[in-house]
Amino acid sequence: MTETANTALLTLASLACERDDRVLFSGLTMQARAGEIWQITGANGAGKTTLLRILVGLHGFYEGRCQWAIPRLQEELLYLGHQPGIREELSAEENLRFACALNGQAGDLMSALQAVGLRGFEDVPAAHLSAGQKRRIALARLWLSRKRVWVLDEPYTAIDQHGVESLDACLQSAAGQGTLVIYTSHHRVDGRVRRLHLAGGQAEVVS
Amino acid sequence: MRAFRATLMRELLLLWRNPAEIINPLFFFVMVVSLFPLAISPEPKQLALVAPGVVWVAALLAVMLSMDGLFRRDQESGVLDQLLTAPVLPVIPVSAKLLAHWLMTGLPLVLVSPLLGHMMQLPTLALEPLMLSILLGTPSLTVVGAIGAALTVGLNRGGILLAVLVLPLYIPVLIFGAGAVTTAVQGGPVDGVLAVLGALLALTLSLGPLAVAAGLKISSGN
Amino acid sequence: MLWKTIKRGYHQLGSPRYFYRFSSAVLPWLTPIALITFVVGIVWGLAFAPPDYQQGNSYRIIYIHVPASSGALMGYVAMGIAGMVAVVWRMKMAEIMIKAIAPFGAALTAISLVTGALWGKPTWGTYWQWDARMTSMLILLFMYIGVIALQNAIRDPRQAARAAGLLAMVGVINVVIVKYSVEWVNTLHQGSTLKLVGESTINPAMKYPLLISMLGTWLLYAVNVMVRARTEILSRERRSGWVKQLVAAGGR
Repeated sequence: MTETANTALLTLASLACERDDRVLFSGLTMQARAGEIWQITGANGAGKTTLLRILVGLHGFYEGRCQWAIPRLQEELLYLGHQPGIREELSAEENLRFACALNGQAGDLMSALQAVGLRGFEDVPAAHLSAGQKRRIALARLWLSRKRVWVLDEPYTAIDQHGVESLDACLQSAAGQGTLVIYTSHHRVDGRVRRLHLAGGQAEVVS
Repeated sequence: MRAFRATLMRELLLLWRNPAEIINPLFFFVMVVSLFPLAISPEPKQLALVAPGVVWVAALLAVMLSMDGLFRRDQESGVLDQLLTAPVLPVIPVSAKLLAHWLMTGLPLVLVSPLLGHMMQLPTLALEPLMLSILLGTPSLTVVGAIGAALTVGLNRGGILLAVLVLPLYIPVLIFGAGAVTTAVQGGPVDGVLAVLGALLALTLSLGPLAVAAGLKISSGN
Repeated sequence: MLWKTIKRGYHQLGSPRYFYRFSSAVLPWLTPIALITFVVGIVWGLAFAPPDYQQGNSYRIIYIHVPASSGALMGYVAMGIAGMVAVVWRMKMAEIMIKAIAPFGAALTAISLVTGALWGKPTWGTYWQWDARMTSMLILLFMYIGVIALQNAIRDPRQAARAAGLLAMVGVINVVIVKYSVEWVNTLHQGSTLKLVGESTINPAMKYPLLISMLGTWLLYAVNVMVRARTEILSRERRSGWVKQLVAAGGR
């Protein structure tokens, strides 16, 4: 654990990506280590979602290098995309159960739903839930078995004040146990968070 | 295995809660076939002559039209991204989806096909070959159609484009499927033709899901 | 040694920049050779080859029909191979090739169909027969259209090329199956028993112009693919240093 804590889990070198004739970012070089929390900021359309998709291997059209120090990233990855991955025809529990089976996660689904404040809604079809509640179903996976890398696209969207606080605590405790957390949002978890800012085709590590 | 079973159960549940996705292809199948006696002639001899082709073309179109929704909602809701970043090979959940989709849309077509064959004045001895040919042919149509659905999943005008991509790929199945029934009507041996359909099925089942998974990756931007 | 040379060749031709240089060197002499071969073959065939003892002069359309058909088929197979290289090994040049191969191939397929129909009128007494070859060609045209339509529907050029490449791969398998199934359906329905001139008994005086016009068509196809690939390379790499230098130096 102490050994791996200091080596970089993720190395980006001169990463560049263009889309629809526009350079989203270029010359992105950074290293992220286990136990760090990275916040990615930037205006709408700055390329935050695309960057995360490159990191998790969903987007392959880029220049430069994106390398994980994990042989099989998928085993250790928890990725929540821009769309939360919730089907409206299924209940909260059914959605969560499928996500866990697919991702090889185990744990007590009910207490995870409790942690995101959805206890009592587990049998309600997601169609009847609000946008924030749907996102919470996906977020419940953060309270299930641990993965070493979390990549979260706008986890704070449509989450109320109480939810924000408990999500903050969850990210901090995960980082404390050696998880690398990378997320996009304008919300800062706490002062120690490192920040990457995308703007005008440039990417810079702000703190 | 856990991922396969979970995906299969989820797909069956989803289709069960969207009964339109099961019923519409079936109604489409029945309606298209019943247009022909009105368009050509209700005269039994003429109908029997075109019946193998009519029933087969209608089944083919019904399967094709049902393919468009196979990945669309999963893509819009972000489930497809989950599927591609999961620690299982994408081909496993994809195969489960295909199996569920065929069970809920292809199998009903197989079950009503003898009825439609009878309505189209096919001789009774040709009804069993008709059913068998549709049983062996529709899974191929589902898998090949899914390749097209995977390649067009993120596109706005998916429906008509899907038809342009997929229809040429359906031609061999159509030829041998309808051919089996025609052979039966003419009193010839159908085993050989059905064996060819089976061989096509083996080919599509072995390579098709891989192509579908590759298509989904490409559509996600990889 | 040989293996190393092959490997280096693969990597060099796989680089768009190298391909651009290579084609700059090849095109100036390949283009006239292709044109001359094509014109010689066509003129010899249409004007100087002896008339057929059964079909008279109408058979001369084979000097367009056969080269077009062979080029169309080879083009699709080449596109499928490029598709495999693009999808499996992610080679950029293969993506560019898929896009470059499709339009000329589709045009050749259409020419093959039209000339086949024109030839069918005096031979079969009808423009269209659902015989195995004409039907296969028609389906080949549909498949070319599918590849082009898919490519045009996707905005990102790399994604478009890879999607089209996968479709072409599946399509190549389909071409083979279609050929046999269409032949089978003709035996089932006891279609036209009219056969074309037996190809094995073709007179050498008719054969050589045919071979030359085929070679000419293939060379023209190659030239067309190179020119299209070069345009695509420039459009894709327009932000890279070497293209900017090229533009600054006046385009050569």
